[in-house]
Amino acid sequence: MVPTDLRYTKDHEWVRVEDDVATVGITSYAADQLGDIVFVELPSQGSSVEQFATFGVVESVKAVSDLYAPLGGEVIEANTELSSKPELVNSDPYGAGWMLRIRVGDAGQLGELLQPDAYDELTATS
Amino acid sequence: MTGLIDHELHETPLVERHRALGAKLIEFGGWLMPLQYSGILDEHRAVRERAGLFDLSHMGELFVEGPEAGRALAAALVTDPRALAVGRAHYSMLGAPDGGILDDLIVYRLAEERFLVVANAANSRIVSDALAERLAGSRAVLDDRSLAMALIAVQGRRSVSILGPLTDVDLAGLKYYAIAEGKVAGIPALVARTGYTGEDGFEIFVESGRSDELWAALIESGQGQGMLPCGLGARDTLRLEAGMPLYGNELDPGTNPFEAGLGRVVKLDKGLDFVGRAALEKVAREGPAKRLVGLIVRERGIARSGYAVSNGDRQTGHVTSGTQSPTLGVPIAMAYVAPEDAEPGTILAVEIRGQKVAAEVVPLPFYRRPRES
Repeated sequence: MVPTDLRYTKDHEWVRVEDDVATVGITSYAADQLGDIVFVELPSQGSSVEQFATFGVVESVKAVSDLYAPLGGEVIEANTELSSKPELVNSDPYGAGWMLRIRVGDAGQLGELLQPDAYDELTATS
Repeated sequence: MTGLIDHELHETPLVERHRALGAKLIEFGGWLMPLQYSGILDEHRAVRERAGLFDLSHMGELFVEGPEAGRALAAALVTDPRALAVGRAHYSMLGAPDGGILDDLIVYRLAEERFLVVANAANSRIVSDALAERLAGSRAVLDDRSLAMALIAVQGRRSVSILGPLTDVDLAGLKYYAIAEGKVAGIPALVARTGYTGEDGFEIFVESGRSDELWAALIESGQGQGMLPCGLGARDTLRLEAGMPLYGNELDPGTNPFEAGLGRVVKLDKGLDFVGRAALEKVAREGPAKRLVGLIVRERGIARSGYAVSNGDRQTGHVTSGTQSPTLGVPIAMAYVAPEDAEPGTILAVEIRGQKVAAEVVPLPFYRRPRES
């Protein structure tokens, strides 16, 4: 169901790791649950994030939700397009709706994330 | 332990319709109701530009009838329903002895001696109990038909052309805040030109058992008109843009009508004592302790209910409702602030996740529908 080349958090973020760079976003399930996303707040380039700590906020029409980093590291890019087009998170959560690129500090942290089938199972029962 | 129920969750009689339409259902005011179907923004825009269909079966319908119905209601509420012509309605409130608001209501005069009081779902029991108590000793009877009646609203500029073909009620002759008895799709109904969206539209009261038929007929009539079924999510953003208070957000027992900017609703001169009168006379004389204002956030961020509002270093109040306005494209909010900070043009700050973000006091409503030419 979900893309098989990604890893997931139980808080519904995904991460794609290529070499030492991780791209982070929220899952299609999360975007659907939130509804129309109207605001995304992301950390600035050069700041650092810790695994499973909040790194930003996503707001739908109705609600505010924290974003949790799947991996720790240094932010090398935030998706600035989301400040004017937050709806990309709904329309293309695994593509143009990406949020952060992080330089991964400890690749071993990947082992603490959910495999695609485990994430599917999580959303099927919730 | 079985058999002991903490509270009863009522289901709208249309719940299967909503499920078939893919609605997200939520518990609201003790009822399982649709939050959204296609999406709040989509539904919001449909109402602003075309039309939307709302299931409001959770609302409370209380009929008060008898030779002293008008007088008894005048003593129970802050308004004077005796002043209503038959077939007209007004906005009202049930006040507490200390002037606090127990609920906000619409009162319709259906006949000389017959009134319909529409209450919020979460408060309908409180209103029902209070009216039963306050009507006691008067020649007026209370009939709480909240569970037996459904309410469906058609809102938006195309609502006349959607409802018109289905009803024998003269919609052109039905003024804003008027109500008429008739048939809609062959179903006995009360049709009122009221709403909670800032658009023209109608609210249709029918027996619950006929609501499914009515919903289907309205959906069919709305085909080709761009009408969408709309949930409570869009209802909230629509009413907020229209500057209308929501009980539980802007109104509560700790707030009086003058603070909420609804002092004009309170009829202190109705020539009879009513619950809360002495307290409200004092507020009218001395001025309210806080004032409800509109805010537009001028920097990045959305003000949400509960966020603190300050003027410089001085805390002045808190946000009661806030969202990104779908129509205006800016973050809007309502907030209670100190009276000296309530002047439009005043720049205040909303504390959003520890940051003070500039917000300007603006007159309500945020949105006013364009006049038809």
